[in-house]
Amino acid sequence: MDAVLDNLDAFREGFVATVALTVVSSLLALLLGTLLAAMRVSPVPTLRAAGATYVEIVRNTPLTLVFFFAVFVLPQLDVRLSFFAFAVIAVTVYHAAFFCEAVRSGINAVGVGQAEAARSIGLTFTQSMRLVVLPQAFRTVVPPLINVVIALTKNTSIAAAFGVVELTAVATRLANANSDAVIAIFLGSAVCYLALTLPSGWLAGRLERRVAVAR
Amino acid sequence: MRTRWSGVLGVVLALTLALAACGGDDEGGDGGGQVNEGASFAEGTTMARLKDAGKVTVGTKFDQPLFGLKNLEGKPEGFDVEIAKLIAGEMGIAADSITWVETVSANREPFIQQGKVDFVVATYTINDERKQTVDFAGPYYEAGQDIMVAKGNPEGIGGPDDLAGKKVCSVTGSTPAENIRTNYPDADLTEFDVYSKCAEALKNGQVQAVTTDNVILLGLISQDEEAFELVGKPFTEEPYGIGLKKGDTEFRNFINDTLQKAYDDGRWLAAWDATAGKVAPEKPTPPTIDRY
Repeated sequence: MDAVLDNLDAFREGFVATVALTVVSSLLALLLGTLLAAMRVSPVPTLRAAGATYVEIVRNTPLTLVFFFAVFVLPQLDVRLSFFAFAVIAVTVYHAAFFCEAVRSGINAVGVGQAEAARSIGLTFTQSMRLVVLPQAFRTVVPPLINVVIALTKNTSIAAAFGVVELTAVATRLANANSDAVIAIFLGSAVCYLALTLPSGWLAGRLERRVAVAR
Repeated sequence: MRTRWSGVLGVVLALTLALAACGGDDEGGDGGGQVNEGASFAEGTTMARLKDAGKVTVGTKFDQPLFGLKNLEGKPEGFDVEIAKLIAGEMGIAADSITWVETVSANREPFIQQGKVDFVVATYTINDERKQTVDFAGPYYEAGQDIMVAKGNPEGIGGPDDLAGKKVCSVTGSTPAENIRTNYPDADLTEFDVYSKCAEALKNGQVQAVTTDNVILLGLISQDEEAFELVGKPFTEEPYGIGLKKGDTEFRNFINDTLQKAYDDGRWLAAWDATAGKVAPEKPTPPTIDRY
């Protein structure tokens, strides 16, 4: 236990990095995922195919490999960024596929009559998406979206193996330095992850009740 | 259908050829061939027992390039392996009568204590904690933390003090990483989970240096000599010894005498040149044997 309390500074540094990685990546991935979902339901075959290809390739690749490509292949294409930025790219690219599928299931849950009505009063595809379909779609998929956010939070731990000093990297380092307190240290890092993911779950529950569409 | 099957056949054929080509390019390389047939030892010593049996079991690493690395034929090769062959040779045991056992960092002491190996040559650092359970002959090599840089050393890094403000890579939580963190806080430490990623980052220019034990760095360099080079100025001391059963002083003295002989007649340096010396920037001097 002392090993955890003596190293609270290190834990805080790791925690902040994990939170930053989670928040930035979640927002970017949700944005990209929504865009992909719109592509997948659009009337343009090329866009549909591109969206489907993206999702199938990315979600069927292990996240470690996505990280590897981001961190070691992008620099060979002269992309010069910090290891944190590469981690954001990897986490975003990977989870956008999952966000996309969650959002798409929401879009499919919105009655087809809604979209048809929107188009028939003269709205463009983009307008009908933005004003009619997506607002309803998001309300029905709050739980799966939060699921993806929780998975994303925990998956940021892979960044530890790619040069980012986040929670898991800190725990690994401290565990090596205090071989008599390994369990306490990893329990400490587990508590930190719970402190992030449990509130997301509660938030989701509240949000769901407030925005639920009565059917 | 016909075309498809011929395609499959072609792929299989190509793979077979490729495998055959891989297997064919390694011949001989059995350097430690000197066997002292006329060796005689006092009754009851470990040397006499091993000589009479005509075989010996040696623990070494199977995954450390240049020191103990299993080759495609299943035989380990490297500097540690050559040293073990030297010792076996002095007992009148030929290199092909040695049984190699993989010892990793966690099982070296138990293997020696349980008699699963007669001695261990496995990048085995001598320290007081280990001396409580096993005895060490040697050291036969003085390793230490060193720095690997891109070929040509564009940043002009000559030692750990030059790392200030530079990105230096090591493995999360390892002793070398902690050494940098504690003693060279101005260096910008980047940590990965394995050294191969550090090497990749150095190749990409994402870090300017990689630091850990020179032995590991030499192993990385041996895999890509065009990309990396060693600074060659170790700044910690890791004496590698030969582990053997605690209390077997005769065997320890014999190994120490053998090492001294190999230092003097050049066989030690020849073993180095044939293995790690292929990529190391300079020849090491034999460390003084610690006859405690």
